[in-house]
This record gives sequence, C-alpha cells and structure tokens, in this order.
Amino acid sequence: MAITDRDMGAGLRPSLAPDGWLAALARRAEAVVIPLGALLAGLAVFGLFLLTQGKSPAEFYSLVYKAGFGTWFSWQNTLSRAAPLLLAALCVALPARLGLVVIGGEGAIVTGGLAAGALAGALAGLPGGVGLPLLALAGGLAGAVWIGAVGALRHYRGVNETIASLLMAYIAIALMNHLVEGPLRDPASLNKPSTAPLAEQLRIGDMPGMDVHWGFAVGVLACIAAWVLIDRTTWGFAARIAGGNVRAAQVQGLPVGRLIVGFTALGGACAGLAGMIEVAAVHGSANASLAGGFGYTGILVAFLARHNPLAIIPVAILLAGFEASSGLVQRRMDLPDATVLVLQGFVFVAILVSETLYGRFRVFAPERWRAA
Amino acid sequence: MSSPTHTPQGALGVETLGMTMRFGAFTALDDVSIRFAPGTFHALLGENGAGKSTLVKCMMGFYHATSGQMLVDGREARIADPRDAHALGLGMVYQHFTLVPSLTAAENLVIAREDAPRVIDWRSEMAALERFMAAMPFAVPLDQPVRALSAGEKQKLEILKQLYLGRRFLILDEPTSVLTPDEADEVLGHVKALCAAGTITVLMITHKFREVTAYADDVSVLRRGRLVGGGRVADLTHEDMARLMMGDAELASPAPRSGETGDAVLEVAGVRARDRSGLRDIRIDALTVRAGEIVGVAGISGNGQMELMEVLTGQRPPLSGEIRVKGAPYGATREEARVRAVRYLPEEPLHNACAPRMSVTENIGFRSFDLNGAGTRFWLSGAEMRRRAADLVAEFKVKAASLDAPIAALSGGNVQRAVLARELTGEVDLLVISNPCFGLDFTAVAEIRARIMAARNAGTAVLLMSEDLDEIIELADRVLVMSEGRIAYDRPAAEADRAEIGHHMGGHA
Repeated sequence: MAITDRDMGAGLRPSLAPDGWLAALARRAEAVVIPLGALLAGLAVFGLFLLTQGKSPAEFYSLVYKAGFGTWFSWQNTLSRAAPLLLAALCVALPARLGLVVIGGEGAIVTGGLAAGALAGALAGLPGGVGLPLLALAGGLAGAVWIGAVGALRHYRGVNETIASLLMAYIAIALMNHLVEGPLRDPASLNKPSTAPLAEQLRIGDMPGMDVHWGFAVGVLACIAAWVLIDRTTWGFAARIAGGNVRAAQVQGLPVGRLIVGFTALGGACAGLAGMIEVAAVHGSANASLAGGFGYTGILVAFLARHNPLAIIPVAILLAGFEASSGLVQRRMDLPDATVLVLQGFVFVAILVSETLYGRFRVFAPERWRAA
Repeated sequence: MSSPTHTPQGALGVETLGMTMRFGAFTALDDVSIRFAPGTFHALLGENGAGKSTLVKCMMGFYHATSGQMLVDGREARIADPRDAHALGLGMVYQHFTLVPSLTAAENLVIAREDAPRVIDWRSEMAALERFMAAMPFAVPLDQPVRALSAGEKQKLEILKQLYLGRRFLILDEPTSVLTPDEADEVLGHVKALCAAGTITVLMITHKFREVTAYADDVSVLRRGRLVGGGRVADLTHEDMARLMMGDAELASPAPRSGETGDAVLEVAGVRARDRSGLRDIRIDALTVRAGEIVGVAGISGNGQMELMEVLTGQRPPLSGEIRVKGAPYGATREEARVRAVRYLPEEPLHNACAPRMSVTENIGFRSFDLNGAGTRFWLSGAEMRRRAADLVAEFKVKAASLDAPIAALSGGNVQRAVLARELTGEVDLLVISNPCFGLDFTAVAEIRARIMAARNAGTAVLLMSEDLDEIIELADRVLVMSEGRIAYDRPAAEADRAEIGHHMGGHA
C-alpha cells in the first residue's frame, strides 16, 4: 500500500490526480459514507428485530418520520430535544480529539443542573440579563470541574478516563439525589423532590415564532465554536497532534497535560451548560429528571458524527427525532418505550464495527488510485 | 502421562548445511553451515541484522529456508513449522518471558504441554512435577504465582519448562538481557552444567563476550548473513571475536567535513533516570556536544539509548542531574526548544515524530504551526501551512502523491525526508538524532547522512545515537559507547578502534 518513489500522478487525467478536486472530495467522503452506511445497517438490523416481534419495520420507520420530522409541530419537539444532545455530544467529541473516550457526560449534566438549581435562589433578586449568564457560568463551571478532574486523573495518575468518567457519573447522580432530597429540597415539592423553582426572569424562554427554547441555539453555537477551536486555532491543532500521536506531541514540546485537562474541562463545561439549560428551560428546578440519559445518547451522537462538531448538529437532530417518536410508536404499535433504546443500541454497535473499516477502501484514498 | 519419560533422553546433535534465506532481493542468511555437537554450549555472535535471528527462526520452522538442510541426530530433518521442531526435541527460550504471570510455576508447566488433559488431576501432576524438579540441578518454587518470581527465577523456569517438555536442543535468544549480572551468572552456570552432564545441547544468541568466554564451548560469528568465523572459545580472544563481528576492512568512506568545533551546546551532568524495565538506572555522568561536531553514541539496543533520548526530549523526567543547552538549564518545553533552536529526529519517525493519520501538510507543520514571524499565533493559517509544506516537500524532494494524503501513506524514506524537512529548516543549534536510517534503502540513507553532515558543517551540534556502527564511524567526530545505561567509552573518531568499540559494546570494559 506504500506508494512508490516514481513520479506520482503522471499520465492520469487531471480529475483523477491525487491532488485534484475529485481527490479532495473522495478524502472527505470517507467520514460521511462509512457512518451513514453504519447507520443504515443498524436500522436494517433493527428492522429484522422488529420482524421477530411480529411488527412491521415499514410502519415503524414511517411513524418515526411522522413523529420526528413529519410536521412543524414534530420538528419543534425534535429541536427542543436536540438542545441537550448537542452539548452532551461535545463532551464526548472534544476529549476525543485527544484520543480520550469520555462516556460520563451524564455526570456533568447532572452537576451543571444541580449547580444552577442550587444557585438560583441566591440569584432570584437579579435581573435576567445578569442572573442568567451567572447561572450558565455556574453550570458550565461545575461540569468543567467534573470532567476536567477525569482528564487530570488520566494524565497525572494514569486512571482510565472511560471508567473514571462513567463511575463519576454515578457519583454525580447519587450526590444530586442526596442534595435534592435533603439539604436543597424545596418543602413545597411533594411528589417529586426538587430544588426551589427558578424565579421567572431566570427561566429560558422560547425563540421567537416557535415553540423551541433558546437552548437549541446555544447548542448550535457551541458546536460551531468547538469546530472553530479544533479546526482553526493553534490550540485545536496542538490537541489534534496529541490525539494523533502523544509521543510526537511530547517531542514537539507541546503541553500534553494542559491540553488534556483543558479539553476535558471544556467538554465538561458544555455538558454542564446542558444541565443548566434543562433546569432553566424545561424542568424549572433541579430534580431527578436531570439524569434523563441525554449524556448517554450524546455518546452515540458524537460517534456517529465522527467527533466532528459540525456533523454533531444534523446527527443530534436525527437522534432527537428518534427519541421524540417513542411516545407515538408506543401507542400506535403497542411496543414498549424501551424500543427506541434498542434501536440506539443496534446503531451504536454498527458504528463501533464500522470503526474498523477506515482506510480499507481504496476509493477514499486517492494516493492509491493509481495502483488500481 | 505425568512427565514425558517415554521420549529419548540426552543431548541432541544438530547441523545446518548451506542454510540460505532470501527476502525478495535481500539475502538475510547466506550459505551458513554450523555443526552443534551433542552436549556442547555453542554461542552465536553478531551485530544487529547479522542474521542470527533468521538462522534460529529457520531452524525452529518459523521461516522456511530458501535453500539448505538441517540434520538432527545425524538424520535429515524436514521442519515445516515449530510443532515439527518441538517433536524432534528442539526448543527455544525467547528474550522476553512467555510465562503467564498470574498462574503458578506448576500451572505454567502443565499448560505448556501439548498433550495437557482437558481435566487436570492436580494431585498426580504435582507429584510428578516434584519428582521432575528433584531430578533437576536447580529448582523454582512450584506453588508461587510467576509474577512473584524474580527475573532470574523466571528465566530458570523458562529453561525448566523446555526440559519438562522433553526438549534436548535449546536455543536461548539473549537469555540474560533482562537479568542482573549475578542472575545471569547463576542461570548460565546451570545451563553449562546441563550441557556438561549431556542432558542438552545449547545454542545461545548473545552480544556479550564475557558470557561467551565464561560459559560457551564453541562460538560462531555471523556478519551480514554469512558465517565469518568461529571455533573453540578457548582458542579465541575477545579481540578476535570483536574483529570477526565488526569486520576490519569495511570502513565506509567518511563524508567531507569542514568548519571548526565551537563552544559546548549540550551539556549533560549527573543525569540519572529509571530505564524502561524499571530494573536498572540510566546514569550519564558527563556528556558534552559542541557546535560543529557530531558525537556518535554506539551501543547495542536496550542499553539506555532510548531512555537518554526520552530524557533529552522531555518524555522521561530525570531523577537527578542537569541538562544545559547553551549554558542555561533546559527542560525541553516547546518554548525552550524554539528559543534555543533544539530539534529532534527520533527513531522510526512515523511512530515517534508524526501523527500517522494527519496529512503530510499538517505533519510538516508540527514545528511551526503556532509561529507567526518571531511571535506566536492563536489562529491557524491553513494557507501558510500549505505554502510552507509545498516549499519544503520540493526542497527536500519528498515524494508524496498529495500533500493532503495521510503521512502514513508515504514510504519510510519519504516519511524521514518529510521529518528532516520539518526539523532541519531554519536555524538549528542542537540536533538530537536516533537511528535515522533504520530500515531505509541505500539512496535514502546516503541522502539523510549527507544532510546530517551538512548541518554539522553549518555549525550545528549533533548528538547521534545509532545501533549501526558503520554509521557512527562514518559520521561522528567523537565516538561514545553506551553500555548498561552508562557511557563506557569516549574517543575522538580518529583514535577510535573498531575492535575496542565492539569490546565495550559487548559490556566488557
């Protein structure tokens, strides 16, 4: 597969030359075609699963389309659900640029939401324009500390970041349950222990002309900012070097430890912000609903998007649509609501299998075209 | 069956006849005929790449020799795979342990047997193992997990395992490389006794002359795939062996040098660091490299060169001591390396100096992506990175299909050219290099050596670590030998003597 030392590209039509526009297109296509193929394969296998249950895959997928994307109403529902997914996926994608697999974003969502819920009482007297940014800062900071600690454990103590982040998510959930049912409980929350409700001016409202809260816009902006950071700044480039080969990064004198802690903390800040938005836009107070599984769906989103922050936007919307349809599927097809989780599981396994396919197809590697 | 008592006993005689092994156009082993008499301890000497491993791999059936025969016990033997070799009574002990650390010695022995039963009757197995151990000249505790054994005990267990499996001709591949000198003496003493008793015949691959003289009966020396000499150890001095190993008529012609040697650029004083195995320390008491000179560090791999490189690149924090570059303490940060113009060429550049899946452009940009004239930058400039990569690729004649292709798609020589282009551009005051030509073809080797020499002539201080003694002799102004983590030899190149260098490389000062 190594190219020879002879003059490359000689005698090829210009469009087939390894540095022509077609080559550039082919190189980029790999990261789109393979995940898309894996997604379709996962959906197909899930279809077989439905057949074993005596249900029609065609009916299932048409219901998913109808409930997720069929009407303006379903689109609004989907976009609202996409907001936390966008930010939770960044908590996976940013550390992934350094070669780290962080799967405990759920913990940062919970700590971020909890910090916002706990602080809301103290900020109740402030106007929204001051209080909301402070609330967001508190949520982001809590998430940053939570996942940044995972990065620090990884770099300075050699603790596996995947396991550490997962276990810390359990700690975060237990901590939240303890505080929400104990010291921080609003006595008025009877059936569902919660912190005191947020003051009206601290709530996040809907974007004009639609029934989708501002969290979605925040998520999209965060994805764009993350893309700029990774693709357009020297910090992002340094992180890509360290993720591509940590020995090479060390020989170049790059501050690998600071990069690891910084990028994990930044990912955690995104997830923490997601928690704060869930509190301020959806639940109105911090409670057990924070641990709703967005952190875990975010893992699937990030992997499907190949950890590319821009690709996270459409993928998060797609998976949010799947989740939005679970109620309708349950009612119409008499399937349990865990069905959508089974679907996500099949897609995730397909994505993991597809990771082994990169670099195998000559069509995506123009430097090997000539050998064909 | 409890122990393989039905097999024939006693040392096995083996002979290779005209053993030749070619990989494509490259001849790794050229018409090698050696006779290993029953009950002898035979040492096989040679530099890296001399063909020692190829020879034993052919004997054990890992490779199929291009031509040549093997006689086992006087009869022609056809060995298609290691299983055939085992059936004939041939066994091999590898440089690194092949025991399962979490299992006990007894468990390791029993599971190694090809006829191990599915359900093991441990009571009768243990009784048989104890009988077996009692008959051996040395013992290892049977009931302890292997991870609790010392390195010497593990190596003894590896040898006992071969005996337990009924092997009568043992190949030991650098068996003492992971042992302390005392452990090595003990293990080899036992092996020698087993040979003297006529239990086994041994062929040991080694670099250490001391071990050859102290334990072996016969020695054979390989150089560039050919058997160049050997005989009774008693008839040979260390100088004879060194001369056979290195060859004395093969001095490569030195590249033209010019310029004066200047001030000290790199000074290493009293640096101590833990080595990879954690068993030994690396200790560099004093090492100075001056402007306009190449200091060559020779040595057999695994004697601390890699760790020294890691200390100098900031990958391995030293336990004590000081590294100074241009008179000031140096910690290998990016800032320090940039301001004092320190550059590195680690060995195997694709694995140590590149991100294989990033593009050629990006890899060439590693050194300069955050620079903007004299200052640093925050926003990446893709256009500038591309322009720079295109210029350097042209200047250093890197053959790449496309600058957007992953650098892993380039051939080894072109990866090294790309890394040289990155590291040798601009002012370079100190260049630290490790095995720059490993695995490259002749043209790439000549070109890369010329670039290193050109940097030296331009006033760069060069520290060159290489396992290739020819390379050191060709390039260096001063020759050092690293052995067991220390600098064991230091001479100006004009006074350096090959045999003496080989002597120190063999760990015998």
